[in-house]
Amino acid sequence: MTQTQPSVSTSSGVPNIDFVKQRYWAFVITALLLIASMASVAVQGLNLGIDFKGGILLEVRSPSTVDISAWREKLGGLGLGEIQLQEFGDMSDQASDISLRIQRQEGDDATQMQAVEKVRAALADQSLIEWRRTEVVGPTVGRELFMAGITATVLALLGIAAYVAVRFEWQFGVAALLATLHDVLVTVGLFSVLQLDFNLTAVAAVLTLAGYSINDTVVVFDRLRENLRKTKQPHLPTLINLTVNQTLSRTLMTSGTTLIVMIPLAIFGGDTLLNFSVAIIWGILIGTYSSIYVAASLLLYMPPLRRVAGEDIQKDN
Amino acid sequence: MLGMINLGRGQQGLIILLSLWALLYALPNILPNSALVWMQKMPSWFPQQAVSLGLDLRGGAHLLLAVQTEAVLNDALDTMVDDVRRRLRDAKIKYTDLRQASGTVSVIITESGQMEKAQQALADLRQEFNVISEDRRISLSFRKESALTRRQQALEQSIEIVRRRIDETGTREPTIQRQGDDRIMVQLPGVDDPSTFKRLLGQTAKLTFRLVDDTANPNDLAMGRAPAGFEALPDVEREGGYHAVNRRVMLGGDQLTSAAVSYQQGAPVVAFAFDSLGAKKFGEVTRNNVGKQFAIVLDNKVISAPVIREPILGGSGVISGNFTAESANELAILLRAGALPAPIQVIEERTVGPGLGADSVEAGRLSALAGLVLVLALMLGRYKLFGLFANIALLINIAMIFALLSVLGASLTLPGIAGIVLIIGTAVDANVLIFERIREEIRNGRTVFAALDAGYSNALSAVIDANVTNLIASVLLFALGSGPIKGFGITLSIGTLTSMFTAIMVTRLLVVWWVKATKPKQLFV
Repeated sequence: MTQTQPSVSTSSGVPNIDFVKQRYWAFVITALLLIASMASVAVQGLNLGIDFKGGILLEVRSPSTVDISAWREKLGGLGLGEIQLQEFGDMSDQASDISLRIQRQEGDDATQMQAVEKVRAALADQSLIEWRRTEVVGPTVGRELFMAGITATVLALLGIAAYVAVRFEWQFGVAALLATLHDVLVTVGLFSVLQLDFNLTAVAAVLTLAGYSINDTVVVFDRLRENLRKTKQPHLPTLINLTVNQTLSRTLMTSGTTLIVMIPLAIFGGDTLLNFSVAIIWGILIGTYSSIYVAASLLLYMPPLRRVAGEDIQKDN
Repeated sequence: MLGMINLGRGQQGLIILLSLWALLYALPNILPNSALVWMQKMPSWFPQQAVSLGLDLRGGAHLLLAVQTEAVLNDALDTMVDDVRRRLRDAKIKYTDLRQASGTVSVIITESGQMEKAQQALADLRQEFNVISEDRRISLSFRKESALTRRQQALEQSIEIVRRRIDETGTREPTIQRQGDDRIMVQLPGVDDPSTFKRLLGQTAKLTFRLVDDTANPNDLAMGRAPAGFEALPDVEREGGYHAVNRRVMLGGDQLTSAAVSYQQGAPVVAFAFDSLGAKKFGEVTRNNVGKQFAIVLDNKVISAPVIREPILGGSGVISGNFTAESANELAILLRAGALPAPIQVIEERTVGPGLGADSVEAGRLSALAGLVLVLALMLGRYKLFGLFANIALLINIAMIFALLSVLGASLTLPGIAGIVLIIGTAVDANVLIFERIREEIRNGRTVFAALDAGYSNALSAVIDANVTNLIASVLLFALGSGPIKGFGITLSIGTLTSMFTAIMVTRLLVVWWVKATKPKQLFV
C-alpha cells in the first residue's frame, strides 16, 4: 500500500472547516451548557422517579370520563399524603388514562405495599377500571437502585477511558473521558431543566449515550492516530482539522441514522420510552457536537503525544 | 487480487451458514401462530418458538421479596437460652443474668469455682458458637460460617414454601428465583392484581394450637400483662380483645396433613386433619381439658378460640372464624404450603396489565418498523448499490438478534425493543465508516480494487474501537440489574456484537460477489 502525506484539504469533497480555530467559541458554548446544567441541578435538582426515591405509581384506564376532583377527594381521605392525579395520553375517545403518583410513605417496605392496597380498595367501586400499571418501590430497593445507577455510570466512564487510554495514549483517554463526561452532565442537565422523570430508564439512556458519544470520539481519534503516523513533522492543529474534516461525513451520517430511528420511538414508543428517546436524541446532538468541536481540541492542552509519532508534535497555531 | 476483497470458500460458506441460521431461527417471530403449529412438528433442532416476551409486554406481576433471615438467627438464640439453662441446671451450676441481647447469649456463673465445670457443660456448643469466657461471664455467639449456613437454609426453605404457596393458587408458569443472599424474585405472568399473592407471601403462617387461661383479667391482658407462663395475644375478631395464651405449644401447623375450605351452616370454615402423632396428642390434650378454651394462633394472633366441649379423638377439626370464602381459601393454602422459616417482606412490585402490555408491543413494533424503513431509505439514498448491501446486512443483523434471544432464552422487554431500535440506527455505522473511507480513497485517485481494499482495511480498527466502547457501556447495563433494563442491555450487547459480523463480513461477501460478477471499472458508492 502506498503511504503518502495526507493530502491536506486538497482532495475534492472533503470539507475544509477550521474547527481548531473555532474551538474558543466551542469552549464558551460548552462552559455555558455545563454551567446551566449544574446550576439547574443545584437549584431545582433532579425529578427523581420512584425507582430511586421509592413510592407508588399507578396507571388506570377508565372506560368513561373520570371526575378527577372526586377521585382526589376520595383518595385524599386515605391519609397517604400528597397524591398526584393526572390525565394523560390520547383523550380523543371516551376512555381516559389516569396516572396516580403517591409519595413514599413514612415507614418500611411493608407500609408502601399497604398503601397501594388501600388505593386499589378505594377505587374498587369504580366500574370496569383497568389496572394498567402498578409500580411500588420500597425505600430499600430505591437506595440500592440509586447506588447501582451511580456505580454503573462511573464504571462505564472509567472503563471507556481506560480502553481508549490503552488502545491510544493516555492523553486520548483523558480527552475522551472529559468529552464524554461533558455529554453525560449536559444530558443529566436536560433532565433537571425540563424536570423529566429521572429513573432507571433515564440512567440507561445516559449510559447508552456515553457509549455512543465515545464511539464518535474514538472514530475521530482513530483517524487522528493514523494521520499522525503518516506525517513526518506533524503540526497538531492542522492534523486535528484535517482529521475532523475527513471524518465529518461519517460522523454526521451515523448521527443521522441514529437520530432518525429515535424520532419514531419518541413519537410512537409510549410514555415509558418518551424520556428515554428524548434523552438519546439530545445526547446524540450533544455527542456529535462534542466529538467535532471539543474532544480532539482538548489534545492541544495536554502534554505532547510522543509514542505515536516518535517525536514531539508542534502544538502552536 | 487484494486481501480484503477476497474471501476463501470456507469463509464464504461460514458467513452464508450463519446468516441462514439467523434467518431460520428468527422466522417463528414473524410467522402467524398457525405456522408455528406446523413448525413444532419438525425435528427438535428446528426452531419452534418465538422470542418470549417479558412481563412488561405480556402483562404480569413482578415481586421482589426480602427474607428476614436475621429472624432465624434470633429464634435460634432464643432456643439457645433454654438450652443453656437446661445444661447448667443439669450440671447443678448456679448462674444469674442468663439472657439474649444483640446476637449474643450471655450468662454469669455465680461461683467462680464452677467456671470450668460450666465451660465443660457448654463445650459441645463450640461447633456452632464462639464461646468466650471473661471473668465469670460466658457469652455465646454464632460462628460466621454457621450463621451463614443457617441463613442460606432459611432462604432455600423460604423459596420452597413460596413456590408451594404460589403453586397452590394455580398460577401458570410462575418464575421463582433466588436473588442475592436474602432475596426472592417472583414473576407471575398474566396476573394484573397481585394483592392476593402479596397477602399470601407476606405471612409467615406459623400456626399453633395452645391452651388459654380464660380466668385472666381482660384489663391486664389489654395492657400486655399475662399470668406467668402465658402471653397476651390479640384476637383478630374482636378489636382490642386479648387472650391469655399458654406459651407452651400443644400442636403446631407442621403436624397438619390437610387443610381445605368447607362450609358449616353456610359459613366458610377451614377443615384440617392432623397426622397420626398429632391426632393422638390432640385427643389426649382435649380429653384432659374439657370445658376449657384453646386458641388457634396464626402469627401471634388468635384467629379462633373455641371451648373444648368434648375430647376430639378423630384427629380432625375445623377452624371457624370470621372468614369470607376468599380468606378461608387463603388460610387453607397457607396451612397446606407450610410456614416460612423467617418473615418475608415484599419490597418491590411492578405490575403491567395485559392491555398495556399489548399496547406496548404495538408501539414497539410500529416505532421499530418506522425507524427501519427510514434507515433503509437513507442508506440506499446515500450509498446506492452499497447501501443495498448494507441494508441486507442490517436485516440479517436484526434476524440474528432475534435468533440469539430465542436460543439464549432471554425475553424481550419494552426497553429491549428500544435497544433493537437503537441498534438499527447504529449497526449501519460500521458500513458508513467503511463506505465513507472507500469514497475518500476513490477521491484520492485509487483504482476500484485498491479503494475497496483500503476502505475495508483502514476502517477496521475504527469499527472495532467504536464497537468495543459501545459494548462496555451496554454490558454495564446488566449491572443495573432490574428486569426491563437488563433486557435493554441484552439486546444492545447482542446487537453490537452481531452488527460487527454482519456489517463487516456480510457486506464484504456481497461486495466480493459483486466485484467478481461485474469487474467494475468505476464505483458509485
